[in-house]
Amino acid sequence: MAAISVDPPDASRNLRAKRGYTYTFLSDPDTAVIKRYDLLHPKAGPDEHDVARPAEFLLDPSGTVRWVNLTENYWIRATPGQLLQATSALR
Amino acid sequence: MATDGKPGWNWLLWAGFALSVIAFLSYFAFFVEFPLTRNFPWANLLLFAIAAALLAVGIRRTFRPPKSYRGKIFGPILAGLSALIFGFFVFAIFVAARHLPASAAAPRVGVKAPDFTLSDSDNRPVSLANLLTEPISGAAPKGVMLVFYRGYW
Repeated sequence: MAAISVDPPDASRNLRAKRGYTYTFLSDPDTAVIKRYDLLHPKAGPDEHDVARPAEFLLDPSGTVRWVNLTENYWIRATPGQLLQATSALR
Repeated sequence: MATDGKPGWNWLLWAGFALSVIAFLSYFAFFVEFPLTRNFPWANLLLFAIAAALLAVGIRRTFRPPKSYRGKIFGPILAGLSALIFGFFVFAIFVAARHLPASAAAPRVGVKAPDFTLSDSDNRPVSLANLLTEPISGAAPKGVMLVFYRGYW
């Protein structure tokens, strides 16, 4: 599992330390990958910074998308249960 | 209680107003942490309902004999402010949060996810190919979950 945002590596390191997250955090400060995935939410962050809209993709080992969740309301995210249920299709 | 002719302190109005503020702030400060209370803000709506009940009883007793309570003027003001807070909450959670980009060109089921290389939290470059192939506790990964999030946590 990898979490991707515009946060710089320092911020992600602090977040991992604070919350005890063990999965990979990747930084996309210039939003190049966020744009490649068409997930740019312009000026939606603090001080009108561009951010990613929340989205989750499950890829199989070949890199093919097997499950997508694009929320319609950014307070509503996939729950851990939904993610686990999606991954069960890969087993 | 107002038995000596002086209007009694109407704590219900202040409690109702304070609870409205708490109902608003606690979503962002606390309830947003848990999927159960974030995905639908029922805990906050419940707090708003209790606040409304306190304000309603508080206002009712300012206008009802025989006991006299303060709040004929500030009671409705506090109730109005509470209604504004509630309205702003509903707007923020149910209306404004739906203004998301369409993401029509986002990768769909069945297509190859575009490759990328980004820095991890230790400034090491990590590519999607790395994520898909590097063994996890000795075994090849069965897949990768990519989670895009807004950041600024």
